[in-house]
Amino acid sequence: MTETEPALLSLAHLTKSFGDTRAVDDVSLDIRANEFFALLGPSGCGKTTLLRSIAGFEQPDSGSITMPGQDGKPDVDLRALPPERRPINLMFQSYALFPHMSVEKNVAYGLERERLGKSEVRSRVGEVLDTVGLTDKAKARPAQLSGGQRQRVALARAIVKRPRLLLLDEPLSALDRKVRAEMQLELKRLQHEVGITFVVVTHDQEEAMSMADRIAVMHDGRVQQVDTPVDLYQRPANTFVADFIGSSNAFQGTRQPAGVDVPGLGLLPGLPGGDGTGEAAVLVVRPEDMQVVDADRAVLTGEVLDTQFFGGRSTIAVAVPGHAAPVTATQQGTADVVRGARVHLAWLPDKGVVLRAQE
Amino acid sequence: MSATTTEPERGAPRRRALVGRAVFAGPGLLYVTLFMTLPLLIIASYTVLTRGRFGGVETEFTFDNFAKALQPIYLSVLGNSLLIASITTALALLLGYPTAYAIARLPRQWRTVALVLVVLPFWSNFLIRTYAWIILLNSEGPLNTALVNLGIVGAPLDLLYNRGAVVVGLLYAYLPLMILPVYASIERLDPELQEAARNLGAGKVRTFLDVTLPLTLPGTLIGAIFVFVPSMGNFVVPELLGGGKTEMVGNLIRDQFLVARNWPFGAVLALSVVAFLVILFAIQAAIGRRINGGGARA
Repeated sequence: MTETEPALLSLAHLTKSFGDTRAVDDVSLDIRANEFFALLGPSGCGKTTLLRSIAGFEQPDSGSITMPGQDGKPDVDLRALPPERRPINLMFQSYALFPHMSVEKNVAYGLERERLGKSEVRSRVGEVLDTVGLTDKAKARPAQLSGGQRQRVALARAIVKRPRLLLLDEPLSALDRKVRAEMQLELKRLQHEVGITFVVVTHDQEEAMSMADRIAVMHDGRVQQVDTPVDLYQRPANTFVADFIGSSNAFQGTRQPAGVDVPGLGLLPGLPGGDGTGEAAVLVVRPEDMQVVDADRAVLTGEVLDTQFFGGRSTIAVAVPGHAAPVTATQQGTADVVRGARVHLAWLPDKGVVLRAQE
Repeated sequence: MSATTTEPERGAPRRRALVGRAVFAGPGLLYVTLFMTLPLLIIASYTVLTRGRFGGVETEFTFDNFAKALQPIYLSVLGNSLLIASITTALALLLGYPTAYAIARLPRQWRTVALVLVVLPFWSNFLIRTYAWIILLNSEGPLNTALVNLGIVGAPLDLLYNRGAVVVGLLYAYLPLMILPVYASIERLDPELQEAARNLGAGKVRTFLDVTLPLTLPGTLIGAIFVFVPSMGNFVVPELLGGGKTEMVGNLIRDQFLVARNWPFGAVLALSVVAFLVILFAIQAAIGRRINGGGARA
């Protein structure tokens, strides 16, 4: 993924309120061609409203949604187009399959709207049903299918149109755990195969992390951070992202050149120091960066409360005097400490992320 | 799943469930059997008997009553009833569907208010409401007075005592019966299905024709039957607003029993209306099954 990849869709200062609540608050985003993009956030963060605005089912109060023109053509202002004329397809969370039509009729519906010839419609429907592995269900009604099969019909119905952009609203939430894992891989494979830009809305961070090239984390209608999964995890932009993505140990204090000064615990190392010395700050350390060390290197010292084995790795919870929440550390294999033992903890300075404290 | 099971212990609970269901359904079924099915059977038996001199029947077997119903004068009454009921139903559909649609898309708290308004006329007596139309439509009534005073017409129009007045009266009486079932089916329709159609490239009209209409068709047909059947059988409105000039099958049936004292012929006419109703419901059920997608429903 290169920074110079052209934007396929540009959102600028998009705002949408429902009554007193700002569902989408001054959102600006660029979706690049051929990327797998995820909008991630807790329920009610505005991600679905954003998706529906792109598809044309919500009218934003202000801001713009444009598709930059290619080969010297002018930009396309999507807000001026009704939903049926936007080169975008949406896979609904409920799938929204037409119950009175067979699988093949559902899939053919969008192509028939393009006034394509009967034989072309038939061959493209056949192709896409083959791609999602539902050829033998072509004549079935949606009510006769399983959840996973319905999801694949919805996907087939959306991609058969060969849109430039495919929006997927919580595509996997209705599936059970095992099918969900399979479909994650399946979606990723399909995206490469059909060469369509995917924008997935999800509240499931694991889903977003495992599928997306880039993720926008949303909270309270605002985009908190847009980054690759790795950067989101390793360099969260603020405490919300640090808390929402993965688990972390957070220490409140004041910013110092070499880290954060935490009352009762002393100076804890972290980066970046420097700017804004003295302001309220939070130091975030991931459990896997928290190491059990000898006494001479100790940054924190406490007593082991509990150990949990997850097969392949273990988590140690340590009660550190002066810090309310237990500090967690992850180790490979089984834990080499026992409950009640006194342990010393430390981390490399570049693994401590210093963030501005949020009110 | 499979209805045939060989497990022996399944028999007893199933029987108990059946008994339970009978207890719940029993009183209603008994009522319907006593006061609907039995009278219907009696009526059916009258159709092949001979009229008594002073009403009633004599037990002399005959098919003459059916032959009489096929005479042009009675067929024309039947045809007239069909026509009036069809026009009423068509108008109720044209007026009722958009109304029901608008109500179903109101904010939730306003939907109840609108529905109460729809059924509000039912709180007053049907006869009084129909008489009110005589006052409204007669040559010195408010409607004609207004038209004359506004200079739209030179002389009062003959609005009363014709087929149009009967249709107006029936429409007024039965429009809520169209709105309510149509409302129920639109309210159940997932708006995302309409959005899906738009997203796939269908305009508003196309979406209505391909998604909204077929999926609300079963409820709409119920509404149509609810308007059509009582319109066809009604004899009060034709008498009051039709001025006795517009004869409908309801008037004919009543006259056969109460005036002409030809019970067997009245029974034939009554049964033909019932047969009509059964056919309509069968069509409605068949269409409903088609739309909801085969036997297996989620």
